Amino acid sequence: MSKFLRKFDFLQVILILSLALLYIPIIVMVVGSFNASQLANHWTGFTLEWFVKLFNDRRVLEAALLSVEIAFLASTISVILGTLIGISLVRVPRFFGRLLLTTMITAPLVMPDVITGLCQALLFNQTRVLFGWPTQGGFVTILLAHITFTMAYAAVTIQSRMLTVDRSLEDAAMDLGAGPVRAFVEITLPIIAPALFSSWLLGLTLSLDDVVIASFVTGPGATTLPMTIYSKVKLGVSPDMNALATIILAIVGAGVIISNIIMVRAEKQRQLDESKAMAEAH
Amino acid sequence: MSDSTNTEAATAPNSGAKKKNFLVRIISNNSKWLMIAPPLYYMVFLFLIPFLLALKISFADSILAVPPFTAIYEYKDDHLLLNLSLLNFQALGHDVVTYKNELIYNFGNLVGWIGGLFSSAPAVVTEVVAPEPSQYLSAFVESLRLATIATIVCLLIGYPVAYAIARAPKSRQNIYIMLVILPFWTSFLLRVYALQGVLRDSGLLNQLLIFMGFIDEPIHILQTSLAVQIGIAYSYAPFMVLPLYATLQKLDPALLEAASDLGSRPFRAFLDVTLPLSMPGVIAGSMLTFIPAMGEYIIPDMLGGPGVQTIGRVLWDTFFNDRDWPMAAAVSIAFLLFLVVPIGIYQYYSIREREA
Amino acid sequence: MSTNHQTAHRNAKQDPEKPWLNPNAKPFVRFQNVSKQFGDFTAVDSINLDIYKGEMFALVGGSGCGKTTLLRMLAGFLDPSAGKVMIDGTDVNGVPPYERPVNMMFQSYALFPHMTVEKNIAYALKLDKMEKDERKRRIDEALEMVQMSKFAHRKPHQLSGGQRQRVALARALIKRPKVLLLDEPLSALDKKLREATQFELMAIQYKLGITFIFVTHDQEEAMALSSRIAVLDKGQVIQVGTPSEIYEFPNSRFVAEFVGSTNMFEGTVVEDTPNQVVIESASTKGNINVDDVGRYQIGQTVWVNVRPEKIKLSKTKPAKHAGLNVLEGTVSELGYRGNHVIYRVKAASGKIIMVFAQSQNRTEELDITWDDKVFISWEADGCIIVKS
Repeated sequence: MSKFLRKFDFLQVILILSLALLYIPIIVMVVGSFNASQLANHWTGFTLEWFVKLFNDRRVLEAALLSVEIAFLASTISVILGTLIGISLVRVPRFFGRLLLTTMITAPLVMPDVITGLCQALLFNQTRVLFGWPTQGGFVTILLAHITFTMAYAAVTIQSRMLTVDRSLEDAAMDLGAGPVRAFVEITLPIIAPALFSSWLLGLTLSLDDVVIASFVTGPGATTLPMTIYSKVKLGVSPDMNALATIILAIVGAGVIISNIIMVRAEKQRQLDESKAMAEAH
Repeated sequence: MSDSTNTEAATAPNSGAKKKNFLVRIISNNSKWLMIAPPLYYMVFLFLIPFLLALKISFADSILAVPPFTAIYEYKDDHLLLNLSLLNFQALGHDVVTYKNELIYNFGNLVGWIGGLFSSAPAVVTEVVAPEPSQYLSAFVESLRLATIATIVCLLIGYPVAYAIARAPKSRQNIYIMLVILPFWTSFLLRVYALQGVLRDSGLLNQLLIFMGFIDEPIHILQTSLAVQIGIAYSYAPFMVLPLYATLQKLDPALLEAASDLGSRPFRAFLDVTLPLSMPGVIAGSMLTFIPAMGEYIIPDMLGGPGVQTIGRVLWDTFFNDRDWPMAAAVSIAFLLFLVVPIGIYQYYSIREREA
Repeated sequence: MSTNHQTAHRNAKQDPEKPWLNPNAKPFVRFQNVSKQFGDFTAVDSINLDIYKGEMFALVGGSGCGKTTLLRMLAGFLDPSAGKVMIDGTDVNGVPPYERPVNMMFQSYALFPHMTVEKNIAYALKLDKMEKDERKRRIDEALEMVQMSKFAHRKPHQLSGGQRQRVALARALIKRPKVLLLDEPLSALDKKLREATQFELMAIQYKLGITFIFVTHDQEEAMALSSRIAVLDKGQVIQVGTPSEIYEFPNSRFVAEFVGSTNMFEGTVVEDTPNQVVIESASTKGNINVDDVGRYQIGQTVWVNVRPEKIKLSKTKPAKHAGLNVLEGTVSELGYRGNHVIYRVKAASGKIIMVFAQSQNRTEELDITWDDKVFISWEADGCIIVKS
């Protein structure tokens, strides 16, 4: 018994230590965003100066707006296309290009960004030579490139979810008089909706996080938020970026914690209901 | 009793039903295609074709023009001229920049194309330089080294962490997993930037080490390959923990009880039962760490300094600074050929997991 | 299908309760030379089957026998590769499931998890655009019928297994289909609940008069519920008949062994009189007398099939009379089942014979125990000959 306990403690220590290591740099960064000193290593007093500076930086604000626009569109389109892929792969046993499609949605997940970026850059260059479009990189090229890899993530997530949906639910709907499209929209879609939402969020995050691919396909005048951050932090300490990180963390942290609480509550309620139903049955 | 089942088959076929059947089938086939075609074509045009383009351009030569590479085929006077250059691939291994433009394989016209394959020797080679390992080769070796070490470190940290989470009470598992994922939802760039702050000479790590009396002078971690290894391990650890947790959590605790009941000590039971059963997670996690780490650009660029040349950085520089697109394409293709094995392993496991 | 002599005389009877005996009765559901291939695999192999209005018809067989494929072809989820499926005189090939006058109760129940009990039941009526008051009335009626009114606003995960089963039944019946298909209707319930639900299901079917066709792998369930049973194997119908016909007059070794337990003796015909056949069998080291009106050739190989409950067990030699078959043996195993005792008796030939002994009073049968020398006996009309 004591052996088990010791092992448990040892694992627990590693877990806590690892989580601490994961969060220490982030905490240092957050603390730095309120530090009056430009240098991160000494606390010289509390300030909101960096936040003010951040909100007065037109370049950052414009880049943020562009990034958010691209991320919203890219994740929305990729969830729609990813849903189509998910249904096709799970519900249509064979069609032309099935293996190709399976490969094409798994490959971008592990493809190094530099290669994806380079290939996309070569593509847009080729279409420019052949069709004169796009005249220069920017919003559209970044959007198209982002859809490509966010769709792969969406497709894989939705495919996994679709695999666990009891097929007889759709059969039952059709049996009761619903056409195939109606059965999907009224029965399957509400069931997989949480998966669609989480892959939409994932797409949003991935798009908002990408700097390499966007750098390859962009043109003059279009700078995304990550590209702006990159050019600033590459040079060293940049306290307004600490402020930006704090804001992002606050938004994401609040979102994740709230959704987690909601999920845990729903799960608890479900278990309670189930045990109640079981108890009534006996 | 058999007469009830002996029905006559000779009734005339209902042609109306047949027709409808046919129509329904056509409509449903079309609607099926309507659903499959958009994403399939999207991926073909924006994923497959770009890749094939890179393959094509990798056989071209770099020139100062728009686009900055030669055509690999031209159609002139009813003849198809193919100019396939293997120089880029030769340049991967050795520095041959000095005589690059003279090693063009000129193939004959379309009629004599096959014969040309055998007869046309490389054009004149004017100068032979003693081959030296190229920057590409050394960058590749460096990437391989960094990615391997970082993957092992991730596995050594990630496995016990995943194990600890999987064995924790159900209610706490969710919280731990959320804590592991949370940084992932924030900006990757900003996390690397945060790490930069901790690792710098005046950063928290050095301050701590001096405070504890391990060192007197701050040690230079930033701008070394050690910083890159730390950076990769730090950024990719969640990718290792998640698949490991997924497999470990599915493991039936009764298996360990059975092993223990049959006389196996806890550590032995771990080796004989847990470890083999968690191999799919180990492989998935390792591939998810190793593959992107090999091609990583941001981390070596921000933490490594000019001394740490990885394949990602070299590729970036070749494209943006040298504007040698054919060379960059050749580097990508060669790199992908190398990655085919780990990507294949990953694909095999992930597709099997998903469709099982 | 080979004709079965034992029941030949029954076909003459005209019984309104048994439309299958009436040559003029029109079948309500008809499979006509229906085959279904999945790639190289033949799931259903030119099946002919007629099912009449108001029947409670069971398709029984092991896994992969084609019973579920038949059901799904009727529901419209599959089209036959060859042949015709007719419902109420109409060829339904190519008619999609949502346009067929049949409804199905799924094995997993397939209750929509995001809808309440009421919404699940209302779904079909909503699709039919039924007027609201009428819809409400029909739903209340259905809820009442399955005693689920109290739970109308629950969601499926808040129900027990038995309650879910009842909701699935109500949902499948709400459109008043011409035929109700049930895929393993009771398999997800525990034993006690299953027995209670069997009777409920029969009561509802009787009340509504709807034709029920159900699939089950459980032959006891089929026996308990159905008016007629079709036993399937490898995509073919082996035998169709009422439960007692299937049990007492199996047409083959397969059916005899699939339905209930049996003892099978292989032998050759040595004597064939108008009312009795004598078979010589190595497993009994002697002759077996069987009451049978069939025509056999002397020397023909046949199998005699004796149900374990039709065999008597005694320590003393039973008084010999015409047609009685007697064997000697040793009890090699016995299993106490409460309402009966299972004996496995080893005959002189080495053949193990299974006997179910009912305990008439509390100690009598248990007098016979391991290694006892016993006599086993059965009447000539307690066994049946099968030719294949």
